[in-house]
Formats: sequence, structure tokens, C-alpha cells
Amino acid sequence: MNLILFTFIVLLGFTSYYFGRKKAYTIQSTKKRLTALPQFYGYYLAIWCAIPAFIIFSLWAIFEPTIVKLLILSDYSNQGYLDDELNLLYEKSKALSRGQFTGEITPFIEASAEKYLSLRSIAQSSKVVIVLSAIIASVAYAYKRISSNSRTREPVEKFLNAVLFTASLAAILTTVGIVFSLIFQTIDFFKVIPLFDFVFGTHWYPAKAFVRDSSEALDPTMYSDTFGAVPIFAGTFFIAFIAMCVAIPIGLMSGIYLAEYASTKVRQYAKPLIEILAGIPTVVYGFFAALTVGPFLKELGTSMGLEVSAESALAAGGVMGIMIIPFISSLSDDVITSVPQSLRDGSYAMGATKSETIKRVIFPAALPGIVGSILLGVSRAIGETMIVVMASGLAANLTLNPLESTSTITAQIVVILIGDQAFGDPKTQAAFALGMSLFLVTLCLNIVALRVVKKYREKYE
Amino acid sequence: MNKNKEQLLNKRYKAEQRFRLYGLSAIFMALLFLTIFIFKIFSTGYSAFQKTWLIVPVTFDAELMMLDQNPSKEDLQDADYYDIALKSMADLDPNANEDQENELKRMVSYFFEKEIKNELLNDPNLIGKTKEVYLTASDDLDQVFKGNYPRDLPEDQRRVSDYQLKIFDQLVANGKVESKFNISFFTNADSREAELAGIASSFMGSIFSILVCLMIAFPVAVLAAIYLEEFAPKNRFTDFIEVNINNLAAVPSIVFGLLGLGVLLAIFHLPRSTPLVGGITLSLMTLPTIIIAARASLKAVPPSIREAALAMGASRMQTTIHHTVPLSMPGTLSGTIIGLAQALGETAPLILIGMVAFVNTIPGSPMDPAASLPVQIYIWAESAERGFVEKVSACIMVLLGFLIIMNLFAQIIRHKFEKKWS
Repeated sequence: MNLILFTFIVLLGFTSYYFGRKKAYTIQSTKKRLTALPQFYGYYLAIWCAIPAFIIFSLWAIFEPTIVKLLILSDYSNQGYLDDELNLLYEKSKALSRGQFTGEITPFIEASAEKYLSLRSIAQSSKVVIVLSAIIASVAYAYKRISSNSRTREPVEKFLNAVLFTASLAAILTTVGIVFSLIFQTIDFFKVIPLFDFVFGTHWYPAKAFVRDSSEALDPTMYSDTFGAVPIFAGTFFIAFIAMCVAIPIGLMSGIYLAEYASTKVRQYAKPLIEILAGIPTVVYGFFAALTVGPFLKELGTSMGLEVSAESALAAGGVMGIMIIPFISSLSDDVITSVPQSLRDGSYAMGATKSETIKRVIFPAALPGIVGSILLGVSRAIGETMIVVMASGLAANLTLNPLESTSTITAQIVVILIGDQAFGDPKTQAAFALGMSLFLVTLCLNIVALRVVKKYREKYE
Repeated sequence: MNKNKEQLLNKRYKAEQRFRLYGLSAIFMALLFLTIFIFKIFSTGYSAFQKTWLIVPVTFDAELMMLDQNPSKEDLQDADYYDIALKSMADLDPNANEDQENELKRMVSYFFEKEIKNELLNDPNLIGKTKEVYLTASDDLDQVFKGNYPRDLPEDQRRVSDYQLKIFDQLVANGKVESKFNISFFTNADSREAELAGIASSFMGSIFSILVCLMIAFPVAVLAAIYLEEFAPKNRFTDFIEVNINNLAAVPSIVFGLLGLGVLLAIFHLPRSTPLVGGITLSLMTLPTIIIAARASLKAVPPSIREAALAMGASRMQTTIHHTVPLSMPGTLSGTIIGLAQALGETAPLILIGMVAFVNTIPGSPMDPAASLPVQIYIWAESAERGFVEKVSACIMVLLGFLIIMNLFAQIIRHKFEKKWS
């Protein structure tokens, strides 16, 4: 039904475009000068057709369900039902009217279902009537305006500009959406669990909260020693640290080599090859770490008499480091190439060798940019999920031994939210609280890193 | 004095060489990782494209199938195939006792009854005759035949018994075991049985999510980029939008999963586990990537083009739509494809919105529950059965293949259609 109406409106839009352009030609034939190209007259009419249709459609989508629900539930208003029961009744009658209801059909529900259907059909037909009359009215008004040869290009361009502006708001909306989706659950979480326990507690056993009866859920004392995030934060930074221990030396040195030593030919092949490492999906790294690196390290450790967990932090962190190599190497390569040649020439003129120039002149000059690229790498390591989920442990141990297993923020979010979630459960809310802390930490890192890189760029441009 | 100087110089040259060597070995290490990685995936995965079949003589005994003299098509559909299937397996070893008959049955997939049925439906004249039928081997025997299964383990640690191995070796010796290209890997949906599991459902799930992602992210991102690059006034609000975009590009992907869960599922009540929600979530994630690429390629269009159009009397909007945007399209498109390739490999946000559910049907629309290729890799990697290891690697090969094709495509568009302004 909606589809037919929509097609019809689109057709109307095309027709009004046609009429608008035709009008322009008629004006032209009377030797009057047009104020814009003929097609703008057409666009103008088409926009006047689209705007009312869009407004009415969206208003309808927002208000129709609420109004229908109110009308149906007004039948039950004096019978002492609770809100939840009313909602259930409404959902039942809706399901029945679609023929999807499987429970027991009471006469009440049947009556409401019938009422629901009739209300829906009334709503549909009134929507058609209102939309069509609004379109016709607005197009007629606009047609009258263009026959007086008034301006059409400016309004059309203003409209397009508004569309472009709305699209550019998408980024802000996404950020707002992220903050909103995290903040409410997080606030609810901290209503039950004190912030202090979360930030300084050293025991993390969310599964413990799960087995408890939900009726007891609001007793905060039950959760002490359940949601202490210290082991998780520690694990996150520990694994990120291991990753950076792999990524910084290799990434930085290959960046320096590519920028300063490599011939054009080596650079041409080596750079894209290293960047392939960044294009490999993280789940693939996770599989590699869990299937190859983990067991390999375990065997290696056993042969040396060490006890290595098959899901060691070292395996996850090491593979994560490999993943981050190209981020650091490309960015530091860019940064080093943008150091002005005059600095190099000056150093060579003083008799310094190439490596001395790099170490004493170029590296200090490029340091802000390199720090920025490392910070971006750290932010990526902290936010990395799949490698940790697949290759490191899921139990949160507070340890600094790279051969044991630890867990991270991201891994815990996945562990908690995989499968069915009950909103309002402290365990689910804990995942959002973790997400919030992850978002804040990476946000700070990103802002600082982007600032530093930008400042650095401005310095040499 | 002079000698001292020479020593110092030598030391410095040595340091120079060492430094150079460090750089070279760093590159070498990075490339070594890449090679090991690709070698490992290919060496474990290539065998998944082959499937092992047992060739078993089946006697289509009308009596055992409860069929009348002249059965119609429906009769054949409804006939009882279990008994003849069981009998033909049991006949592999005439001396088998009851336990051993059971073990014989488990040498083929649980699907074997259907395979025999299809054979008869294809050729109804087979009733009363004996024919050699290809039956899918169980995943454990499949692994044995491919040499991935250690045969020297003690029997109680193996999923294949000595007896099954003995019969299997006899079949191999008689040439009754064959390895053929594994079509079902591409046409089957996921399954709990490794020998039947395929990537069709997750493949379709990936395609649908990427299409949804493209349809949302591309238009919004291009429009936003046009506004920011061509029309936006330089003020605080524009700066704010820009900071937002740059930050979003570096937000961890799992946070977008939380957004999908907390907003799309909890507030808008979109259907869980579907490519629709997955695609919307991914589109929010790729949006900044595409905006940044589109802005860069709009910026690369030289101002002289704009000035020429404006000088001819075109309005700013006309200049942009008729000249700047078409000229920037190659760069925008290749940026879009790279963004989509990133989205195609993304796993964590899809897990959070429930695309990890076990789906054994092939989705027909973005509103049906589905997995996606990377999620399928995760699901299979978490399964304990040995047969899934090679499936994971094969699935990774398919995924990497797609990523390579997309990236090549992006390169081609960039090099073929992009104008070089000099």
C-alpha cells in the first residue's frame, strides 16, 4: 500500500517537473525573459511536490502507532489494568490481526484486533487523501507562482544546499548516537554499582551476577566484588603494551628504511606489501593467533620448561603487534618524508653519516608526528576485539605475566553481549559501561594524536 | 692521532651499516610475517575445496523400501530409504556384529539416506537393481583421507575407531574412495556437521549487509563531503563536524556494535541478527572513511575548473554538480570500495547485533537472519571439530579473495579514470 502510494507520488513529482518546464517554455514563447533555465521551473514544482509528501509521511510514521494504541487501549481504561498488561494486550491484538497470534484468543482481544484493523484502514485511507490533497494544493500554489515568472533557481539551490547540510550532520548524529546508546545504560549501571567499586575493584566475575535471581537485582551489596574493572583495564593496557613492543621497533624501522634508504623500486613493492597486513580482517589474525601462534608458544615454552597457557597474552599481543606494524610504518614514513630536505643537507654538509642524520636531526624533527602515529596505533590496539576474543583468555586475571591469559575491555564486551541480552540487567549494563570507558580512552588518544599530527604538518607546510 | 681518527670513522661507518641492517631486517620481518601467514592459511585451507566420497553399492530393494509394483513419483518421494541405506553400509563387512554395523553407518554423513533417495529419484528404473552410489564420507574420515588426522593416536583419543579405519583402508585399496571438488562448500548453508557445512548463507549475509551499507553510506557521505568541501562556511560548527568525522574514523569498531545494539535494536526495534541492522551499523562505520576519501578527491580538482565554470555564468551549485563532482568521482568511488572492503572484513559489531546466530537456511532478503563471512570464520573457529579447521581456512581464502578483488578494482578505477592534473 505504502509502496503504491510512494510510486504514485514519484510519478506526480515527474509530472510536475514536466509541467513546470512546459510552463517555462510557454513564458519563453511570449518573448519574456526567463529568470532561470527551464528545468529549474520543473525542479521547483517537483520540490514543492516532494516536501509536503515527506513531511506528512514522517509525521504519520511517528504518530500513527501511538494514536492507534491510545484509541484501542481507551476501551480498557477503566478496568484497572497495569501498564504492562495493557501493552501486552495491545501487542496480542496486533499479532492476531496479522494472523500471527498463537496463544489463547479471548473475545476482548478479538474485538481489539478487529478495531485495530479498522483503525489501520481508516488511517491508511486518510493518509492517502491528506497526502494527495496536500501535494495538489502545494503544487498548484507553486505553479501559480512560476506563471508570474518569479525566481525559481534560488529556491531550488537553497533546497539542495539544505539537503547537503543535513547529510553533513550525519557524522554528528553518529557521535550523538554513540554517546546516547552508551550513557543511559552506563548511568543505570552506576546506580547499582558504585563508581568506586568499578574503577578500583579487583574482581571481575560478571557471570556471578547472571545466576542470581533478577528480583534481587537491585540490592547493591550482592554485586560487590563482581564488577571490579581493574583486572580488565590492566589486561587491556598490558596486551596493548605487548603489541606496541612488537609494532614500534618493526614499524618505525621499516618506516625509516622506506623513507630514507630504500630505492624507488624497493619502496614501490615493499610499501603496498606491508600495507596488506593492515587490510587483513582482524578475525583472520585471531584465527591465526589461536591456531598457530598460541600452540607454538605453548610448545616452545614447554620445551624450555616454562608453563605457557595456550591462550597467552603474548600470543594475542604479538599478533596484534603484527597487525599494527603497517599503521606505524606508513604514518612515520609520511612524517619522515615531509621533513624538509634542507635539514638533511645541512647535516650531511657537516659530515654526518646517513644514520647519524636520521638519529640526530630527522628523528627529533619528526618526533611529534611519530608520537602521533604511535598514539593512533595504541588506540587501535586498545580497541581491537577479535584477536583478543579468539586468542586470549576470557577470564579476567590480574597478572603481569605475558605467558598467562588475561582479558580486555573489548573481549569482555563480546563475552557479555554474545547471545541474548536482557536490557536492565547489571551484566548487560556493565558491557555498556565498559564500552563507555573504551570510547572515552580512545577518544582522548585520538584527539591528542590528531592534534599532534596536525600541528606537526602545519609546522613544515 | 690519525689512527684514532680512522678508528672513529670506521666505528661510525659500522654504526651506519648496522642501522641500515636494522631497517632492512624490520622490513624483512614484516614481509616474513605476511608470508608465514598466507602460507599457513593456504596450506590448511586448500584441502577444504576437496570432499571425500565413499562409493558404496546400494541395492534398491523394493520390499525394504515398502514400495508397490509400479510406484508413482509420490511413492518414491515417501518411500523408506533408511533401511536400504543402512543395509548397504552394513554389507560393506558381511561379518559385522551390531555395534560394528553402527560404526559402519557413522562412516558416512547423516545425510546419506537423502543421497540414496536422490539417486533413485533421478533414475526410477533402478528399483530392484544394484548401483554404486557416491556417499559423503563423515568429516573425520574425510580428514583421515586428506592426511590431516593423526592415525597413530591411541584409539580412545580418536573419533575414528580402528574398525572404521580397517574398513576404510579396504575401500581405499579397492579404489572405492574418491576425492572430488567440494561444490557443497559453496552451495550449502552452515551446518553442525563439518562435512556438510558451507558458506552460502554467510556469503549472502555479507552481500546483503554490504549492499545496505553501500546504499546508506555512499549517498550520505558524498553529499556531506560536497557540503564540507564546496559550500560550508569556515566557522566553529564546520570545525566541529570535521573533528567529529576524524574521530569517528578512529573509534573502535566494537563501539559501533554497541550503538547498533543500544539504538537500532533497543529503540527502533529493528529485527535482530539481520543483514539490515548489520548493514546500517557498518554504514555508520564506513561513513567517515568515504567522507574523507571524497573530500580528498574533491580537493584534488583544480580551482581553475571551478573558476572557468563560474566565469561562464554557472551558479556555484551548477559548477559543483556539473563539473567538480563528476571529475572527483573516480577518487570517491575507489575510496568507497576500500571502505566497503573494510566493512566486509568487520566482525565485532556484527557479533553484538546478533549475527552470530546459527543459521542453516540461505537468506533471501536483508530482513532474514544471517551470518556474514567473517562471523562465519569466528563461529567455525570456535567449534571443536577438526573438520572445521580447514573450513575456516577455506572461508578465509574466499574472504581474502574478495578483499583482493575489491582493492584491485579500486586501484583500476583510480588509475584508469582519474584525471592527472599537472
